Amino acid sequence: MVTDKYFHKKTPIWRDERVLKAAAQIISSLVVFGILYWAIGNFLEITQQRGMPLSYGFLDEAAGFPIKESFIPYESTMSFGRAVLVGLINTLVVSVLGILFATLLGFLIGLMRLSSNWLISRIALAYIEFHRNIPLLVLLFLWYFGVFTRLPDVKESITLPGPTYINQRGFYLTWPHLSDRGALFATSIAAGIILAIITWVVLRRIREDKGRETYFGRVSLTVLILVPLIGWFASGGEPLWFDVPVLQGFNFQGGLRLTTEFAALLIGLAMYTAAFIAEVFRAGILAVQKGQIEAASAVGLRYSQVLMLIIIPQAMRVIIPPMISQYLNLTKNSSLALAIGYQELFAIGKVTINQAGRAVPVFILIMATYLAISLLTSIILNIYNKRVQFIER
Amino acid sequence: MSRKLLIVFSVVIAIGMLATACSGAQTEVPATASTGEEVAPAVETVEVIKTVVVEVPAAGEAQPPEIIQAAGYGETLQAILNRGKVVCGVHTELLGFGYLDENGRNIGFDIDLCRAIAAAVLGDPEAIEAVPITAADRGPVLQTGEVDVVTRNMTWTSKRDAEWGNFTWITFYDGQGFLVRADSGVTSLEEMDGATVCVTTGTTTERNLATAFGDAGLTYEAVTFEETSAVYGAYEEGRCDVATSDKSQLAAVRAGFQNPDDHLILDITISKEPLTPAVPTGDAQWLDIVKTVMWGLINAEEYGITSANVEEMKSSENADIRTLLGVEGESDWGYGTLGLEADSLAQAIAAVGNYGEIYDRYFGTEGIAFTLDRGLNNLWTNGGLIYAPPIK
Amino acid sequence: MTSTSDGVGPPSPPGAMEWIRKNLFSNWYNSLLTILGATVVYFTLINIITWVFNTADWRPVTVAPLLYLVGQYPREELWRAGISLLMVTFLVGMSWGVWKRYVRAFAIFMGILLGILAVFPLETTTITLPIRAFMLINPFLIYLGYRIGRLQSVHGRHVATLWLITLLLIPLVILPGFENSSLLPKVPTTVWGGLLITLLLSVGGIVLSFPIGVLLALGRRSSLPVVKLFSIFFIEVVRGVPLVTILFMFSIILALFLPSESRIDRVIRALMGTVVFSAAYTAENVRGGLQAIPPGQVEAAKAMGLKNFHITILIVLPQALRLVIPTIVGQFISLFKDTTLVYIVGINDLLGIGNAVLNLNPEFVRLQMEVYLFIAVIFWVFSYFMSYASLQLEKALGVGER
Repeated sequence: MVTDKYFHKKTPIWRDERVLKAAAQIISSLVVFGILYWAIGNFLEITQQRGMPLSYGFLDEAAGFPIKESFIPYESTMSFGRAVLVGLINTLVVSVLGILFATLLGFLIGLMRLSSNWLISRIALAYIEFHRNIPLLVLLFLWYFGVFTRLPDVKESITLPGPTYINQRGFYLTWPHLSDRGALFATSIAAGIILAIITWVVLRRIREDKGRETYFGRVSLTVLILVPLIGWFASGGEPLWFDVPVLQGFNFQGGLRLTTEFAALLIGLAMYTAAFIAEVFRAGILAVQKGQIEAASAVGLRYSQVLMLIIIPQAMRVIIPPMISQYLNLTKNSSLALAIGYQELFAIGKVTINQAGRAVPVFILIMATYLAISLLTSIILNIYNKRVQFIER
Repeated sequence: MSRKLLIVFSVVIAIGMLATACSGAQTEVPATASTGEEVAPAVETVEVIKTVVVEVPAAGEAQPPEIIQAAGYGETLQAILNRGKVVCGVHTELLGFGYLDENGRNIGFDIDLCRAIAAAVLGDPEAIEAVPITAADRGPVLQTGEVDVVTRNMTWTSKRDAEWGNFTWITFYDGQGFLVRADSGVTSLEEMDGATVCVTTGTTTERNLATAFGDAGLTYEAVTFEETSAVYGAYEEGRCDVATSDKSQLAAVRAGFQNPDDHLILDITISKEPLTPAVPTGDAQWLDIVKTVMWGLINAEEYGITSANVEEMKSSENADIRTLLGVEGESDWGYGTLGLEADSLAQAIAAVGNYGEIYDRYFGTEGIAFTLDRGLNNLWTNGGLIYAPPIK
Repeated sequence: MTSTSDGVGPPSPPGAMEWIRKNLFSNWYNSLLTILGATVVYFTLINIITWVFNTADWRPVTVAPLLYLVGQYPREELWRAGISLLMVTFLVGMSWGVWKRYVRAFAIFMGILLGILAVFPLETTTITLPIRAFMLINPFLIYLGYRIGRLQSVHGRHVATLWLITLLLIPLVILPGFENSSLLPKVPTTVWGGLLITLLLSVGGIVLSFPIGVLLALGRRSSLPVVKLFSIFFIEVVRGVPLVTILFMFSIILALFLPSESRIDRVIRALMGTVVFSAAYTAENVRGGLQAIPPGQVEAAKAMGLKNFHITILIVLPQALRLVIPTIVGQFISLFKDTTLVYIVGINDLLGIGNAVLNLNPEFVRLQMEVYLFIAVIFWVFSYFMSYASLQLEKALGVGER
């Protein structure tokens, strides 16, 4: 730019790049803020006319609607704010579990897809093509109405060992609870894990520094098992009691219950996302050059070592970025739950809008929450991603 | 990358804080409202001038009612006449009230009310634009005036009347009831303790359920759905012990089951559900028009005027009937002020029939949707609640 | 239906036994897996077939096929949807003739699909003989278009212009019509529905979002901090929230931010939501394309004295856009599926019509499985073959083989 000026002596102001840039920025800001100003002006006028102040005060009013499943205590007499919080937790729970299952299943399907067995590979392909070409909303309807509500009636529940009961009202699992002296056992588990990690780190460093075999893997594993075992005996051998579901009246009582809607959403979401993860996984594995694997085998590494040391680290680099976006997709897709009766953030937000009649404040709250979840996840995973990529170099 | 995200994130938080801050800043509202006026289109400005013109000659003794009328009075009718269509917010998925036939035509009790309005105003029952709206849409479409009238199975409540729009005249008296399996042996609310209940979300139904069970100190589990079809689908599959909704809907669903006798509608009504068409706030004339059309349909049934005999009835000996039908020489039932024709109500009745005919078309023994006893929806003369001011 | 590929089997190379041994029974655990897999496939297929042919009650599907196709579009105006279809099929044929391999798979798929629809043995009163005959015209029209497209005098730009005109004509003139017109009376968008609206929303969404997406992508890479910030803000906010919230915002919240007497058509509002949503994703895809352009190109252009603006328009964008065509097709497919969400805001798209059909007759209320499965099949067929066509397009473009 500077040289430009010398050649042409003077640049007319409308062609000076700096001026143009500044003008472009000012104009774009004016346009954006102008639209915002106009829109908010309209909004304030409308709200004033109709007497709907933009206030969050209603969050303290009694919600008055029931929520079927909640991981924190909730009654319909509690506030709208509480209801929204319940919704947020429900979203988080189904997302985290969904991500877990989707990852496991996705890796399994991806492996099947890579299998040398033609039939297995084709089954995986059929699975992937089925899920990828049908809208998730339709899939959720199919899962819910086609499978989950057609499970046996409460009185004819499928009984699995445990005992676990499966019927159209949900999955009832026998669930361990800590007994009076269970705290000791719980502490010992935590202590075992911490001690095992410390042993691992210390012994491994010793090996690296001194070059002497310290069997850090085996020792820390022993610690991991031994400490909780001591805790078990110390707590009198019965640190846990099992909450067994029992049929009472209309339904089973006790145990851990996953409702039909939750199960349908979780499985629908996880299976849908797994199809995409399987493809991500396959692409990652295939991205590792054959020569690398051959070279590693030639050096004399065992297949498990090739997998652990050569394939997975390199594949991870390719896998992680698309995986992040799949996880985020799953979280966002959980908002479709309202169609099949699981009350997560969006569903409860919508009910709140209906019952409280405050569309905009609730809506801002919901959007900001989703945004916060998405952005936090991307930040965390991006940091991780950077580290993985860094180690590669 | 993550830094950019961090920036965006903090901006979002900032906006959220601003929004929260706004909640405290209600006093500023009038100041900003004036900016809205500046950008208002020319049409609005003209209206404002008109108001001033009315006010000036009236000077000190201005008549308050006229000034109130000036704000939007008559606009809706004018817009409808220009458009040639009445825009109704309707249901497209509620059997009997607002649904589709095999050719995609909107049919149902609520739709016929909309057609009656169109016939009265425009002389053509087909001159409707049926906008499918969801339960969540009902408030917003009234508040923003997107539709002229909502005929979508909507319960009249004080809060909705205050916040959403103006409700016209109750056209269907419903109440929330319970549908249970006959073999469950349930007959009372108390026996439903601990039951799983299927219910639609975002309606008064959900709240009534909570209130009824809460008052009785009973526990229950609500399975909530957006779609009415989902509620009954889930109930029939056995996902729920009980389905709750307006009794009319329960009757519809029960009729559709393979063995209707396996299901019972309990003799319990836990709420009042006066289903009422509503119009946006601000146009008193339009509110009166819709109300009068509803009255006309009800009065017609009282007088025995049907779509078949409406022409004969014009020469009836009863002066009230002749007035209702707008026979020449009879007194004005208000059509002049309302901007309608003398025979507007006659047109509506000829198009869709009187109240009873509409009811029977969908819910009578030969009804195309399902059969439902008229009960409270009988004329007041037959022991029901359907009653309307006289048309005269 | 997904499992059919398993039943059919691959083309057997010489020595089928050899192939089976190698691919199915190479060692003991593979044999075990094969047997296990075959059992699962067998029982799944048997169950599906019995259900489809014996248990299922297909009345909700057969009673009103036109509802699924065009929703409430007035039956006496149906020819307008038909003409639109004819125009599109003809142009698809022409595109095939002109661009050959790039659109071949897509054109053939469309021809086969419409051919099958024409002769599908469905007992119904609404799919009459004229409608079937009409459907049957389409494959021939594709072929006719193909022959014309192959003529020397027909160029790509002609076809592109025709496409542009058609894509404007159909949603703006033919389908909505005009007030007080006897030939094309007004058909409000409230009665558009079914597959028609699903396709309009997804095609409209992708086409309209494209220029916005390109601008946003350029904005995000811009050296102007304010423009960059706005672009990033828009893209990240839209991508950070679920589509359903965006649709909800446009369908309900938007009206509160406009002057009180303005009314925007509901379908347009849903379209705005889809466009905004899609634009953010297009922006990221285009950005990927932009990043793939080697910096040497820009430097070379700079050395030749080109202005930044010209470099972007003439050098970077054309190359980047060519790179992202397959990604955009992929995005179109997912948008096509995502449009099902508009049913939540009260648009009677394919899924919404499905729900309306469930309430058409009291006996249909419990037939969810049949209706949803039918809708699933429609979506599956469309997206599967579109992704197949896009794969062919990708191969023809030679993307990734630079």
